[in-house]
Amino acid sequence: MNSIAGAAGAGCLMALGVGLYARQASALPSQALRPPGARGEAQFLSACIRCGLCVRDCPYNTLKLATLGSSVATGTPYFEARAIPCEMCDDIPCVKACPTGALDRELSDISKARMGLAVLTDHETCLNFLGLRCDVCYRVCPVIDKAITLEIVHNPRSDRHAMLLPTVHSDYCTGCGKCEKSCVLPVAAIKVYPIKLAKGKLPEHYRKGWEEKAKAGGSLIGDQIKLPVRGLEETAP
Amino acid sequence: MSAIPSGKSSPERPGLEAIAVKGWLRANKWLFLRRLSQLGILALFLLGPWAGIWIVKGNLSSSLTLKTLPLTDPYVLLQSLAAGHFPYRTALIGAAIVAAFYFLVGGRVYCSWVCPVNLISDAAAWARRRLGLKSGHAPDANTRYWLLAGTLIAAGATGSLAWEWVNPVSILHRGLFFGFGLGGFVLLGVFLYDLLLAPRGWCGHVCPMGAFYSLLGRFALLRVSAARRNDCNDCMDCFRVCPEPQVIRPALKQVGQQSPIIDTGNCTLCGRCADVCSKNVFQITHRFNQRSES
Ligand code: SF4
Ligand code: SF4
Ligand code: SF4
Ligand code: SF4
Ligand code: SF4
Repeated sequence: MNSIAGAAGAGCLMALGVGLYARQASALPSQALRPPGARGEAQFLSACIRCGLCVRDCPYNTLKLATLGSSVATGTPYFEARAIPCEMCDDIPCVKACPTGALDRELSDISKARMGLAVLTDHETCLNFLGLRCDVCYRVCPVIDKAITLEIVHNPRSDRHAMLLPTVHSDYCTGCGKCEKSCVLPVAAIKVYPIKLAKGKLPEHYRKGWEEKAKAGGSLIGDQIKLPVRGLEETAP
Repeated sequence: MSAIPSGKSSPERPGLEAIAVKGWLRANKWLFLRRLSQLGILALFLLGPWAGIWIVKGNLSSSLTLKTLPLTDPYVLLQSLAAGHFPYRTALIGAAIVAAFYFLVGGRVYCSWVCPVNLISDAAAWARRRLGLKSGHAPDANTRYWLLAGTLIAAGATGSLAWEWVNPVSILHRGLFFGFGLGGFVLLGVFLYDLLLAPRGWCGHVCPMGAFYSLLGRFALLRVSAARRNDCNDCMDCFRVCPEPQVIRPALKQVGQQSPIIDTGNCTLCGRCADVCSKNVFQITHRFNQRSES
């Protein structure tokens, strides 16, 4: 009886320890991105059996399996954009290789992948923000002009030039990491983060007036009274 | 190597008598075949990353052989199921093939013929014998079944394959092809645990994977039989080398059973008892062979 209790105790204690460790280590660090088609992190951790078949079938050696002691769950596949980004293969061999469905085969068009989201994190060092024309992150983007655009704004420092600001659009950015990889600075000013970290969220009840107006094909509250602009009559042409 | 006094056995070096009687080769036959199998399987997996010859891809958790045959570890997949994921057919078929094989052949055949950690625990057991270490004592042999249940509950509770974070089997096998990280310490831990704290501790008392395979092989066909048990001269060499010494007595000494068959899921079918027995008491046979000779 004693020995059974001992065995049960030892067994449960070890399992508990492992469970707690798994819990604690299951948050994905900011610079680790999952392969294309990876399910949400919670579901991914229940599905991936850590076989590395996705790693093997990636022709660019993008993917790695995490080792014990790194902050990614032991044995699961990830990549770091600044090391080797995802080249967005048309046939997505990594997804095809996965035997468990941790990588979802529903993903058949790589431009629909959402491995992460690029963020121009540092406005103080990005060369375009300094008023130069670097544009490298923009030019290398496989989804150029959709995922990333150059927005022209006035340069208040010189007061006579424009700045072309690289601007990422979450509707199209796949999180491939090519932009971060190719940023010319010693430390990239644009980085790709897991979407959960990168993205904000509006409250559910918020509506954007201009969008509602476009949807309705006109103002929702009817025509508004035009009020006269007082005090400016003199300067008006 | 000193001369071998025949008819005498030494606790540090079981099997000397068998070597004297049967010759070195026959006294190490199964051990040799087993190492061949273990290293051969490792070599197949290593050919890819080391030589670019991709016969097998992946690792023991799941692999693809010759681009067609999927093989998946049923215990690892069971954890995934417990964590709440229903896998694709590829993984299910792979696990079914592996499970069917071990169900028929013998569950813990995995332990002594495939699992790479066996090389570590055998090394520890060998060193312990040679050094004459008597320290420590192993936890109850049922700990592994509790831990097996615990790992599945932990998977369910955390929604992830919790045990795979630290499973030495996965860490060793994956580490060889994908990198170890700190995993090396876990393996060193297993070695030192077996060497200093618990004789045959890891594989014989703790490992939930071994526990899973022992349940899987409960009714398997291959079995060891103490067929010539009447020739036994009580040298105890088989007990000294057996990774699960408790399984031998019932069959050899007819304790609670008449049959000479070692009928338990925990015999790993390593054949080491047959190797070291100078009287050829043991043979590997099938479970229906109830003959006991002499
Ligand atoms: S899409 Fe291609 S490059 Fe990207 S991770 Fe998959 S296999 Fe590698
Ligand atoms: S192929 Fe699938 S199960 Fe295997 S490591 Fe990659 S994501 Fe995980
Ligand atoms: S990560 Fe960068 S390069 Fe890749 S799609 Fe997004 S903006 Fe373009
Ligand atoms: S008990 Fe576990 S570690 Fe030991 S040989 Fe079996 S599966 Fe491998
Ligand atoms: S009884 Fe014999 S074959 Fe079975 S585990 Fe022990 S030594 Fe190996």
